[in-house]
Amino acid sequence: MTTADAREDRYSGLRLLREGWRRHAGWGRAWTSRARPDARYDVVIVGAGGQGLATAYQLAKTYNAGRIAVLDKGPIGLGNVGRNTTIIRSNYFTPDNVRFYDASLRMWESFEQTLNFNAMVSQRGTLNLVHSDGQRDLFARRANTMRLQGVDAEWLDKAAVKSHVPLIQMDQTRYPVLGGFLQRRGGTVRHDAVPWAYARAASALGVDIVEHCEVTGVRREGGRVVGVETVHGPVAAGKVVFAVAGHSSRLAAMAGFRLPLESHVLQAFVTEAIKPCLDVVVTFGAGHFYVSQSDKGGLVYGGGIDGYNSYAQRGHLPMTEEVHAAGRTLMPALGRLRVLRQWGGVMDMSMDGNPIVSATPVANLFINAGWCYGGFKAIPAGGLITAHLVATGTPHALGQHFGLERFHAGRTIDERGNGPYPWAH
Amino acid sequence: MHRLTCPFCGVRDEVEFRYRGDASLQRPKAGAATDAFVAFVYERANPAGWHLEWWAHVHGCRQVLKVLRHTGTHAVAWTGTAPQFPPAHLLKHDRAAP
Repeated sequence: MTTADAREDRYSGLRLLREGWRRHAGWGRAWTSRARPDARYDVVIVGAGGQGLATAYQLAKTYNAGRIAVLDKGPIGLGNVGRNTTIIRSNYFTPDNVRFYDASLRMWESFEQTLNFNAMVSQRGTLNLVHSDGQRDLFARRANTMRLQGVDAEWLDKAAVKSHVPLIQMDQTRYPVLGGFLQRRGGTVRHDAVPWAYARAASALGVDIVEHCEVTGVRREGGRVVGVETVHGPVAAGKVVFAVAGHSSRLAAMAGFRLPLESHVLQAFVTEAIKPCLDVVVTFGAGHFYVSQSDKGGLVYGGGIDGYNSYAQRGHLPMTEEVHAAGRTLMPALGRLRVLRQWGGVMDMSMDGNPIVSATPVANLFINAGWCYGGFKAIPAGGLITAHLVATGTPHALGQHFGLERFHAGRTIDERGNGPYPWAH
Repeated sequence: MHRLTCPFCGVRDEVEFRYRGDASLQRPKAGAATDAFVAFVYERANPAGWHLEWWAHVHGCRQVLKVLRHTGTHAVAWTGTAPQFPPAHLLKHDRAAP
């Protein structure tokens, strides 16, 4: 599809009306999925998830990086970009992270206009509850760090929390709610729409998206990458990007190095659809639990990782029980709902709990990895800094702290404020 | 649900244990280069397959156990005490999982 075609194919209210009159027969394919890759590209991106497709889009749109292919072992959007709990926010602790994640949040704010795709971006706010004086002080420090950089953060006292979210049980005997920090610009995004939007925009810019094209090897010559082996044969590449969070170590092993991360399974859940009852994203501060209500009406929620290395996209019942126990402690009314679905995603749990967007020991090979359970909100800015790194060879100003060298230099990122502990999860 | 056979307590549910990561790492000698320590502290093989790992029986005998477990199927092939090693034929990463 050429750019001119894409312009004719613009989505709008008028177009919807027109197609409605024509019984919706005029909608073309949103993107072109190629059956096989070409023999050679300037950049090959492995992994057609949110980060990979956003990187491809930025490389084509902003950096004129030549011929680009995105290869995936399955269909696009069926990995973690379609398995998360759809939350966006920028309430982080370290100034570098606040800067990066708020840049991402600002990109979400213009996402739909930029990509001409309805992703149901909803800035309904994210509310982090606090349950002890110490926790309030820590969160206050985080909120102050954010406000110093012009990012919104607001303290809600107990009465304000109660009126904002009536579902919360405030006076629990074990974990009474003292208040909460609200970021009004936080919220949710229709997660499936994100890879679709990027695939459509990238495809219109001439990026080749090849589904069902698993990478089985990495071709190297004299310390530099020259291509990848796929189930459809070899593909030569000037530069290669791994954006395969969950499976980054497997790709790294093919290229002959190890990464500072482990793969863990994280579960998420959705209940049956009910009438609107929760118009904000809420996180429980005394356990790992976060919940929002989807526009379809189901309550979408999750907790912590199961806690053991796993490549299985499913979890075990002990964590299922723990998540529901936390949820019912916070909102006892949840106990009246039936759980519709449970699923799991495989996370890159990096050793300091922060992402890795970096050059690697192999020249011309770059990685976008280690997002832990926070990669979804970072997709727009993650794609930008990865594309910048690949195209220019130097880290983007927003992502200078995400390099692999931080583990060697003793500059691991202390997002939780609890010291340089190497196994942050 | 994992069910681990503790050499001291018998078969117990996963909730009694706390996972403590890769048990195949060897601590470098005191005078080793920084790179060796960086690799030991941070870098992991993280295989999709058989994985030798530590599990602490925190709600049982409080011993640290060594477990050979498959990260795809969650099958457990072998459990032993900390100084023990599984039989060599079990350690091949590409061995099919049950």
